[in-house]
Amino acid sequence: MPTININKKEFLKNIGKKLTDEDIEEKISMMGVAVEEVNDNEIIIEVFPNRPDLLSQYGLARAASTFLGTSKGLKKYNVNKSNYIVKVENTLENWPYAVCAVVKDLKFNDEKIKEIIQLQEKIGVTFLRNRKKGGPGLYPLEKIKFPIKFTSELPNKIIYRPLEYPKTISATEILEKHPTGIKYKHIVEGWKKLPIFIDAKNQIMSMPPIVNSHDVGKITEDTRDVFVEVTGTDFKTINTALNIFVSALADMGGRVYSTKLIYGKKTYLTPNLNPEKVKIDFNYINKRIGLELNNKQICFLLEKMGFGIKNNTALVPAYRADIIHQVDLAEDVAIAYGFDNLKEEIPKVATIAEEDKFEIFKRKLANILVGLNLLEVHTYNLTSKENQTSKMNTNIKNVELANSLNEEYNVLRAWVIPSLIQILKENKHHEYPQNIFGFGTVFKNDETKETNISESTRLAINLCHSTTNFTEIKQVLDVIIKALDLKYDIREIEHQSFISGRVGRISIRDVNLGYIGEIHPQVLENFNLENPVAALELNLNELFRLLNI
Amino acid sequence: MNYPKTYKSNNCRNFMEIKGLVNTLHSLERKLIPFLDKYSNFNEIVKNSGMQEIEVMRSLQWLENKQVLKIETKETKLILLTDKAKVYKELPERIIINNLSEKDTTLEKIKEKTKLSDIEVNATIGLLKKKAAIEITKDQTLKIRLNEEGKKLQSKKTIEEELFNKLLKNNLELDSIKDLEKLAFENLRSRGLLTINLSKERSIKLTDLGKQLVKEKIDTNIIESLTPAIIRNKEWKKRNFRGYDIKINVPSINRGKRHFVDQSIEYIKRIWLDLGFKEMTGNHVDTAFWDLDALFVPQDHPARDMQDTFFVGHNRVISKGKLPEELSKKIKEVHENGWTTGSKGWGGKWKPEIAKELLLRTHTTVLSARTLSKLKKEDIPAKFFAVGKVYRNEALDWKHLFEFYQVDGIVIDPDANLRNLKGYLKEFFRKMGYTDVKIKPSFFGYTGISAEIFAYNPIKRQWVEVGGSGIFRPEVTKPLLGFECPVLAWGIGMERIATSYYNISDLRQIYGNDLKMLREVKEFIK
Repeated sequence: MPTININKKEFLKNIGKKLTDEDIEEKISMMGVAVEEVNDNEIIIEVFPNRPDLLSQYGLARAASTFLGTSKGLKKYNVNKSNYIVKVENTLENWPYAVCAVVKDLKFNDEKIKEIIQLQEKIGVTFLRNRKKGGPGLYPLEKIKFPIKFTSELPNKIIYRPLEYPKTISATEILEKHPTGIKYKHIVEGWKKLPIFIDAKNQIMSMPPIVNSHDVGKITEDTRDVFVEVTGTDFKTINTALNIFVSALADMGGRVYSTKLIYGKKTYLTPNLNPEKVKIDFNYINKRIGLELNNKQICFLLEKMGFGIKNNTALVPAYRADIIHQVDLAEDVAIAYGFDNLKEEIPKVATIAEEDKFEIFKRKLANILVGLNLLEVHTYNLTSKENQTSKMNTNIKNVELANSLNEEYNVLRAWVIPSLIQILKENKHHEYPQNIFGFGTVFKNDETKETNISESTRLAINLCHSTTNFTEIKQVLDVIIKALDLKYDIREIEHQSFISGRVGRISIRDVNLGYIGEIHPQVLENFNLENPVAALELNLNELFRLLNI
Repeated sequence: MNYPKTYKSNNCRNFMEIKGLVNTLHSLERKLIPFLDKYSNFNEIVKNSGMQEIEVMRSLQWLENKQVLKIETKETKLILLTDKAKVYKELPERIIINNLSEKDTTLEKIKEKTKLSDIEVNATIGLLKKKAAIEITKDQTLKIRLNEEGKKLQSKKTIEEELFNKLLKNNLELDSIKDLEKLAFENLRSRGLLTINLSKERSIKLTDLGKQLVKEKIDTNIIESLTPAIIRNKEWKKRNFRGYDIKINVPSINRGKRHFVDQSIEYIKRIWLDLGFKEMTGNHVDTAFWDLDALFVPQDHPARDMQDTFFVGHNRVISKGKLPEELSKKIKEVHENGWTTGSKGWGGKWKPEIAKELLLRTHTTVLSARTLSKLKKEDIPAKFFAVGKVYRNEALDWKHLFEFYQVDGIVIDPDANLRNLKGYLKEFFRKMGYTDVKIKPSFFGYTGISAEIFAYNPIKRQWVEVGGSGIFRPEVTKPLLGFECPVLAWGIGMERIATSYYNISDLRQIYGNDLKMLREVKEFIK
């Protein structure tokens, strides 16, 4: 989740309230963000992904001031009329939309530029999904000439100087050489044309969502008026992103002007900072939280969260992306009420507890084995192909993972004995006998299943000490099967992991349940073991089925 | 083997203590004690007691531990003649001097007369020359004769000889020889005629306690081990038992044992069962549909990224599973426009291909989703829990596991609310030993009202983040249940609780399976 660093002094000035560091940690975190750190100069805050509007000092101060009571209800933003025109023509199906605004009279300084860049970045990463859904851009107004066009062009015809780059290059080169180009080129991979903004003087302003022009798309301390745009795949999403930007710039002291977007025959005026109206379901909200507040109290709490109220209707600020259902209002009411103030209560509702029968069965087996002085181990279901096959002297098909970060753990196991032998290998320096057992899930391809994979739980037992043998492991098997009041057969088989003539398949009523035998010395050598190992593995799902309980 | 009792204090003991001491004496000690009064030398004790040397030594050590006696060891360095020297009755120089006169003679003649070897003759002539006892002249052959000094030696013994003669009779202690003899000692040693042998001599000195003990009447006919024979022949009625030192440490043994994680899982399960919850279990591999889509996680959510979630497949190509036909229609609607839930949905197009992707479940909440889909209206109110493995594509290090446990719970109840959620969580954590629970606003895609759970550990005196919770959004519950009903839900990290209980700082230790640690670690008892 994204964290933002904000200037403590500026923040407190914007709220209009004096707060100690403890207050900030306590109160701000009850507002719905996580306070990571408060130091002398900075507050580091983790913002949850549903609230991109809090990704700047201004957004956060706006929310905090209503929450802490230094202001109340919906903050109004005026959008002044203007003649700025943006034509949206021949855009790409992959990247069709643009929304824009103009903000004037900003007094940028180093600090503020940093703020805006941080907001731009963080919104790009979170709300706009690493720019896959959209990308924002800012331009000094005096460098560009309206009407502006958002369109697309062949990469070799897009030639301009990207931000902080020494010279003019083509789009193809930008994607290969420019750091931002390299970082985001995967978004536009395979696109024949690329999106561009171009102004009335035919200057290329930017190539969204990759990088702006250095000449006309760079904000400096001299910048006073800016052109803001967000482009992307989803009209609603980029609108919210634009609103978040513009509201922050307005809070910074700017005056907002609309732009007229011409999409063929349709025209839109953006930004639209009018709040959306949502009818408040007071009963629903009370019920969900477990309160009995009257309408006035609920309205008051909504105002604390920055909503406007008009005739039992909530006015949802244009920068809020997350109010899509009545539950979201309920959540904000609960936050405003204070989670700490909610009295916990367990309802007197009788329900009948029930433990899973198979889990009970597993526990009984574990108790039997503990009674035989065996030690339970707990191993991962993820393992390596090598551990499952070549080191075990055998071949077995494993379900593989597409993208594991760990080479040692990139398949799902098909049997459990190898995991236990690996443990014996790692414990050679400890006292013997090392008689261990473990439960594990195993995975096999199976077209009949919803996931095309069948899973079952296995029990593996390894006895390891200088004199262990087949007799000893068979005694353990006898104890288990006898405890279940069943009778088993053993059929001789060949299995490369075991010594020939000392390995068998266990079955009950012709249902195969697993293997038992003495591990082959070649396997012991592969695992650097110097003591013999007698082992068995049982399919517990099958065994459980045979119990008919 | 039961070792005899050890006494630590050396204070004057009363009568009872002496009796106690006698009672715990081992049969070997009993056999030995009568001889301690008469003999103090170890070898003599061995000789007279008729016991084996090792038995005597062991008994003496036990008695020394009980402060009955002190074993004193004297180390002496003894000078011995070597095997080579033992052949001689007198030293070669004496033989040669006795065969020399003032008249010249030759080496050949000396050898003939003395029957000494070439080497011995040559060495001895050299020695006498050094002592200035002979004159050697060189003609055609070497001529040797005694001089005045030599003549004196014919009637007088050298210091070496004196030492040699003493040693022929007795071994000497190195410390006992005089300064004058030391030179002779070095001389003879350099000629390989002497050697030094270290010998230890042990002797026993009784303490006051020991002196009292030897006067006691000691029963030597005690029962050391109770055997079937002794029971059968009722011998135990006639004889006394030796008392053991019941405080002594005994060698450790290993027991069979459940893994400590499974112990804590059992405990956690017990709590939910006590609170009236039913257990949910299910597959580890599932489709994204159940793990994410059914939980209203948007299809462009980072949880679907390759770096966060394990997908089944090969070389970054993800395998697909099957979708439940009816339900996927509803889920599609919910994502695109909110369906009949009153929500706006996420907008955009919901793609079944993305939902088919196979993954290792990222949370046990997938089990909750499946449970809700099977629940009928007449089954509610209902409560379920799961303790199961979940997977995250993390590199393994001290604070990251890729495979770990999550505890999930859901309460399906038309009247369920946020205060109830707090109530269930508080009760669970109280039973886990955490005295208080706090919830803080948070965000999870599938809950409307989301809360992070913090529990107070009274021993460590700190709030710990233990999981996430909330009330499932209608976008989750309505398509799965088929009707509207609030569902409280939580997911709690298991390892956080286990590591705190077992004071484990490196998460890898939890599934490191160090057998020594597994054998020694305490039981999970709360």
